[in-house]
Amino acid sequence: MRIGVVTFPGSLDDRDAQRAIRIAGAEAVALWHGEHDLRGVDAIVLPGGFSYGDYLRAGAIASLSPIMAEVIDAANSGMPVLGICNGFQMLTEAHLLEGGLTRNDHGSFICRDQQLRVENTDTVWTSGFTAGQEITIPLKNGEGGFIASTETLAALEGEGRVVVRYVGLNPNGSLNDIAGISNARGNVVGLMPHPEHAVEPGFGPDTASAMRSGTDGLTFFTSAIERMLATA
Amino acid sequence: MPTIVVEVMPKAELLDPQGKAVAGVLGRLGKTGFTSVRLGKRFELTVDGPVDEAMLAEVRELADSVLSNAVIEDVVGIHVVGADSTVGASA
Repeated sequence: MRIGVVTFPGSLDDRDAQRAIRIAGAEAVALWHGEHDLRGVDAIVLPGGFSYGDYLRAGAIASLSPIMAEVIDAANSGMPVLGICNGFQMLTEAHLLEGGLTRNDHGSFICRDQQLRVENTDTVWTSGFTAGQEITIPLKNGEGGFIASTETLAALEGEGRVVVRYVGLNPNGSLNDIAGISNARGNVVGLMPHPEHAVEPGFGPDTASAMRSGTDGLTFFTSAIERMLATA
Repeated sequence: MPTIVVEVMPKAELLDPQGKAVAGVLGRLGKTGFTSVRLGKRFELTVDGPVDEAMLAEVRELADSVLSNAVIEDVVGIHVVGADSTVGASA
């Protein structure tokens, strides 16, 4: 099982995403924004960061980079694609996911261990969770406010395509407390919080049992691996 | 050389935290005559030669597809400044 992680100029979390993939039990394959080569991967992660300095709009220039042509084709033919933070912004700019991300309503960058509720366990990336499961993974963004038109919002809610929702505190003014969504097919998921930063005891969020012991993010990666093995 | 100016603003119904921050500092400076500030973007596309209708049509398309994101922004103006333009201002 090979999962690719695309590195863009300004990507920050590509190495963490690769590490998460390896810990979850797959091979991590480094992909480069300037190439038209997916290197035969089975799934793709678009990592967090500030690609192209967030110039124009967050994720906008990255969504037009060479490799995104292949990513869009692969996503449309059913390949699992996970966009984390800046990767989520890219997916909306590439029209693989609906809505958009705007500057946090309070105007500041925010970094915290964020509680989430998993609303949809049918997607490739969340099938290992139980419906309604509450998890904690890090969140860090300046432009994480999810917005969409009233019609789009109604469709996302009505079709169960809200994948994760903020619990306890809405950190950025996202409509309906939306932290992540999927496409209709469930193979493309984007979320603002960072599952790849909560995959290894000693480096994750604090839990009730021990400091930095939270590994709730790992299930995003193991879900995709198990789903792909089951359908292989 | 003529320049095609494209102006993009955050949608009116959205919060504009940057504009709000500017409004806040104006208030702190004692400038109380403004009820709000909104902050947008201005693109200047310089052209090597006269601007014709075909080029303007291309810029209108790019303004919608690349320079702005219709989910969060509106293109509020496209116009030509500088010499040699064969067409006038256009929205």
